[in-house]
Amino acid sequence: MPRVSAWFVRASLGHLVFGFSVGALLLADRGVPFAPGLWALRGAHLEVLLVGWLVQLVMGVAIWIFPRFALRRAPHRSAITAWLAFGLLNGGVVLAALGGLLAVAGRLAEIAAAASFVAHLWGRVSPAGLSEI
Amino acid sequence: MPPLSRWYIKLALVYFVAALAVGALQVLQAPLRLPAVLAVTGPTYVHMLVVGWITQMIFGVAYWMFPKYAPPPPAPAAPRGSNALAVATLILLNLGLLVRVVVEPVRAWRPEALPGWPLIVAALAQWLAAVGFAINTWPRVKEK
Repeated sequence: MPRVSAWFVRASLGHLVFGFSVGALLLADRGVPFAPGLWALRGAHLEVLLVGWLVQLVMGVAIWIFPRFALRRAPHRSAITAWLAFGLLNGGVVLAALGGLLAVAGRLAEIAAAASFVAHLWGRVSPAGLSEI
Repeated sequence: MPPLSRWYIKLALVYFVAALAVGALQVLQAPLRLPAVLAVTGPTYVHMLVVGWITQMIFGVAYWMFPKYAPPPPAPAAPRGSNALAVATLILLNLGLLVRVVVEPVRAWRPEALPGWPLIVAALAQWLAAVGFAINTWPRVKEK
């Protein structure tokens, strides 16, 4: 898989482990309360697993497997948009998970990441091959 | 498709239908006067959908389709990583989620009806499943 996809997937695995770690603490506290302050991390749990794990994995795999004919037309721009999406998404998830005003900056970074990802992938959504679907 | 991926994917499909059924029962509880425990199944519904369906589907498809790993000799050939770890991940994920699905809503409805410690077991099992998947998948994420 391309280097940028490998970074997307590795980062998503990191978010998976972190998100499940926080989630496990929250679930354990629901069974036998030991640290009520943990529930302040519920927002981070959601952000990390939804965007950092699931959305990021989808983005990484899409960059890996979508048809690559369009990449030949503008290889440099395609690389920039993919890496920009990776950086903005991960920065955005971290900021959004921290909460408060940083969450606003995080969400804006995530929007920019989505826009960069769309710019990268749009031209690759093409009828390559013989599929009739 | 390897047999283990079939297990992951079929269990994910079961959770998909079951999660939507729980979601439907949750919103029908009040109008149809169904058992009150259904009113507190919000977290159960979300986790059946996100963990049981989506995450489990990803685990199964990744085990099947990610690039195969060729460890350097003399290590035994294990192109999809450790099969034992992947089996343990499947069992732990489903054991943990099943315990949660049963215990969490009952305790939210009547805390005295069930002890809380099974939720610690559920938490630990699901966490171990996530760590196991990450360990087994990491060497297969290869740049080319």
